[in-house]
Amino acid sequence: MDRVVKVGMGDLKVIAEDGVLVSLGLGSCVGIALYDKATKTAGLAHIMLPSSKLIKNNRNKAKFVDTAVECLLELMIKMNAKKERIIAKIAGGAQMFSLKGSASEVLNIGERNVQATIEVLRQHDIPIVAQDTGGNYGRTIEFHAADGKLVVRTIGHGVKIL
Amino acid sequence: MPFSFDDLNSLYLDILREIGTIGAGNAATSLSKMLNRRIDMNVPEVKIAEFKDLEDIMEGAETHVAGIYLEFKGDISGTVLLVLDVISAKRITALLLGNDYGSIFNQDFSEIEVSALEELGNILTAAYLGAISSFTGLTTKPSVPCFACDMLGAILSVPMIQFGQTSDKAMFIETDLINGTDRFRSHFIVIPDMESFNVILKALGVG
Repeated sequence: MDRVVKVGMGDLKVIAEDGVLVSLGLGSCVGIALYDKATKTAGLAHIMLPSSKLIKNNRNKAKFVDTAVECLLELMIKMNAKKERIIAKIAGGAQMFSLKGSASEVLNIGERNVQATIEVLRQHDIPIVAQDTGGNYGRTIEFHAADGKLVVRTIGHGVKIL
Repeated sequence: MPFSFDDLNSLYLDILREIGTIGAGNAATSLSKMLNRRIDMNVPEVKIAEFKDLEDIMEGAETHVAGIYLEFKGDISGTVLLVLDVISAKRITALLLGNDYGSIFNQDFSEIEVSALEELGNILTAAYLGAISSFTGLTTKPSVPCFACDMLGAILSVPMIQFGQTSDKAMFIETDLINGTDRFRSHFIVIPDMESFNVILKALGVG
């Protein structure tokens, strides 16, 4: 059994060579999985909000797309990953509830998180090679360091391998 | 200063607990009237926890739960989320609909069961907002409720993201609904938006 490292809400972790990074029950949060195949360096961030710049309390870097990606890259490069080789897979960003007849700023945060993720990765020139986002259901993700495989599990919406 | 649970002192906590207790009393009364039988609610526990610990407190991020979500607007605005594990939710719907809950065959919710749970969300929310109102004189109006059934972590991400804008901690209220010897555990999360928290504390004279 591979070593399992849990990445909770507003947290990020980096591992290399073997092991699995796991985020349980992603809803409107987004899991950003970065991978360097040559060194088998895998990083996973479980972000909650699109930008640290709009929020005063932004000490926790792993909570925001912009700072989480910076932080992941920094840690991965320290572990000998090369930025030019890093690719991304992303999952999550669902809208869990819909209020009839009203567009709620609160409830569409998932979509805004996904847009911010795409934009920030583009700024860093990191290609998104696979994506499973949106919808109205939760996802559990497992990111395997050995081969960069991202497994997405759901309740009632099947299993996907990205 | 923006409100943060990190700075919450024991006086605020006592007030929140008191509001929670009165809200639970109101809710038990309205439920009893609706069902024409006695429903009790125990003294709610107001808990404050770090995000990363919350899922464990509520028994794991992948637990299958039912969530009922509402927003409220007025003198104060914010959101409400009621979380029940699927079995409790099924049993409560049976109680609300006057069905036998000796046997629960599946974990899906029919349209009428969803309506019943949404109504429960309405009642608890009205009770809680009523308690805030009687304490502060502030009035606010809830939206229609909406329902989702999914992983606990996914359901919780909605209020957590809102708390996340101001804090790394969240507040929630744990209450048991009691029908004779049966207990149904519910978690009730109320999040006044940032300005509203200050409005409430000011109206209470502690802001």
